Amino acid sequence: MGDIQKADPGLYDFAPYRDRPKIVWPGGRKVAVWVAPNLEYYEIDPPANPHRKSWTKPHPDVVGYSHRDHSNRVSHWRMAEMMSKYGFPGSVSLSVALCQHHPEVVRDANERGWEFFSHGIYNTRYAYGMDEAQERAIIEDSIRTVREATGQTIRGWLAPALTHTPRTLDLIAEYGLDYTCDLYHDDQPQPVKVKSGRLISMPYSLEVNDHYGFFVYNMSPRDYADTLIRQYERLAEEGEASGTVMCIPLHAYLIGQPHRIGPFGEVLRHIAQDGRAWIARAGEIADHYYQHHYAEAAHGA
Amino acid sequence: MALDPAYLDYPRRREGYDHDLYPWSSIFDRKPVRWPGGKSVAVWLCVSLEWFPMTPSDTPFRAPGHMQTSYPDYRHYTAREYGTRVGFYRLLDAFRKAGVKASVATNGAIAERYPSVIADILADGHEIIAHSTDMNGTIASTLPEEEERALIARSLEALESVSGRRPAGWLSIARSQSWNTPKLLAEAGLRYCCDWVNDELPWRFANGLVNLPLNHELSDRQIITVQQQSADSYAEQMIDAFDWLAAEAADHGGRVLPLHITPYIMALPYRIGAFEGLLRALAARPEAWFATGEEIISAWEGQQ
Repeated sequence: MGDIQKADPGLYDFAPYRDRPKIVWPGGRKVAVWVAPNLEYYEIDPPANPHRKSWTKPHPDVVGYSHRDHSNRVSHWRMAEMMSKYGFPGSVSLSVALCQHHPEVVRDANERGWEFFSHGIYNTRYAYGMDEAQERAIIEDSIRTVREATGQTIRGWLAPALTHTPRTLDLIAEYGLDYTCDLYHDDQPQPVKVKSGRLISMPYSLEVNDHYGFFVYNMSPRDYADTLIRQYERLAEEGEASGTVMCIPLHAYLIGQPHRIGPFGEVLRHIAQDGRAWIARAGEIADHYYQHHYAEAAHGA
Repeated sequence: MALDPAYLDYPRRREGYDHDLYPWSSIFDRKPVRWPGGKSVAVWLCVSLEWFPMTPSDTPFRAPGHMQTSYPDYRHYTAREYGTRVGFYRLLDAFRKAGVKASVATNGAIAERYPSVIADILADGHEIIAHSTDMNGTIASTLPEEEERALIARSLEALESVSGRRPAGWLSIARSQSWNTPKLLAEAGLRYCCDWVNDELPWRFANGLVNLPLNHELSDRQIITVQQQSADSYAEQMIDAFDWLAAEAADHGGRVLPLHITPYIMALPYRIGAFEGLLRALAARPEAWFATGEEIISAWEGQQ
């Protein structure tokens, strides 16, 4: 796909967790907690990408498609109400075509004061194999579509279905985006080396992503809730020394199922009542980091 | 190197779905549904009753639970038969004890091979839903339309000839449909199918067929066989789901809790006790209305 494949992507310097400059979050909170609902649209009959199959079955993949459709008919509102109840705004990983297909969902998120970043056009259109002009086209489409639908300018990127090219991060920095959710090397924001402009990695998570919890680790709803609480407790404790970030990445069609939403609500209640969490949007975390910590961390980067 | 320029064309990027099978709506914007007797949560027990030929045909794909070893796979053939001979009767007894009615999604081959099972289902007042011919009767878009039409007809005829009644409902194996399935099911005179899991209330296809979602996430296959959780955890999850739905129903109208049960999974001696306990707990809830699929569809249709 790229011309030369690198063994080390060269995106950041090695910076061990020990003896780093101290991160201090607003109000002296120990862990910045952000919730990332993936508001997605999967096409029922997408064209084939030569580098990755979309549905595993001949189209229509009824269970695959309709399971995800549950988000946009039922579970988005269930998840969103639970978040609002405990004071958690969302930072939305958005298939931007959802703005056309189901503007009601996007409007609901916008009215709750949620932030949007791009997760590509559809979660069934992959960046693998795109040339630079094509990749620019999906970034420009994302910026334009979200602006027209919500009035917001996207500040972050999570590659569609986590499909990248070696130029993706340089391009989003060139377009002025502030953060990427595609790198999993740290529990704190980190500077990312890009050709122009500046970029940070915003800790997202595969490990405590609801998709991993339920479909990789096969957890019960209560086990997943317990996992999130353990993740929170540990990061809050370590945040005494230097502020940490905890992301809770969600998909409404998973977390908003009737057997899961109740235990999940207990997690949000726990974090909201604990007092050590800075409950924030990804953009607020990025702002604080850029203002107070980026320069020191990027020294030599 | 670039992708075909058509990969960045989005001809169905428009308001609503990228297909015309059914229209969009949010469950929270619809007129609230009321179930009979002032109940708020319809508990729908749906049992899959299946016959797996020891000769899988894989046309178009192999059903979940089908044969796995080289021929002859006595292991899986007989373990599935255990479900029909022993497990299913444990379930019938459990339903009788709890005083509840279920839907039984039944392969046509069950009627042909074991007509007495059909009589036992009917004697207890349960509904029979058509569930293809046998477990080689899978459907996908690679199945020619004429073959799919014939498969649906064979299933319905086998069940009707033994039960004396044409089923109103259809469940595809693995909930797998082709582009033609909604059309062919309506053509065959079926009232509803259970394959699309996108909602928690019935809804109507553009062609008039109703879909009653049979949530695969709540099935014993998903929770016990795929996710490898215990029967006790399964029962706890169903109670959590019921509690949530009962609370939501108070503000938004009636809800459905579908329990999809497989005899060779749930009705093993070491699991059936947890399931019986679940039935007792749900039957004791004042919000619960145990109903068959067809009863749920009828109550819902009357309010549309």
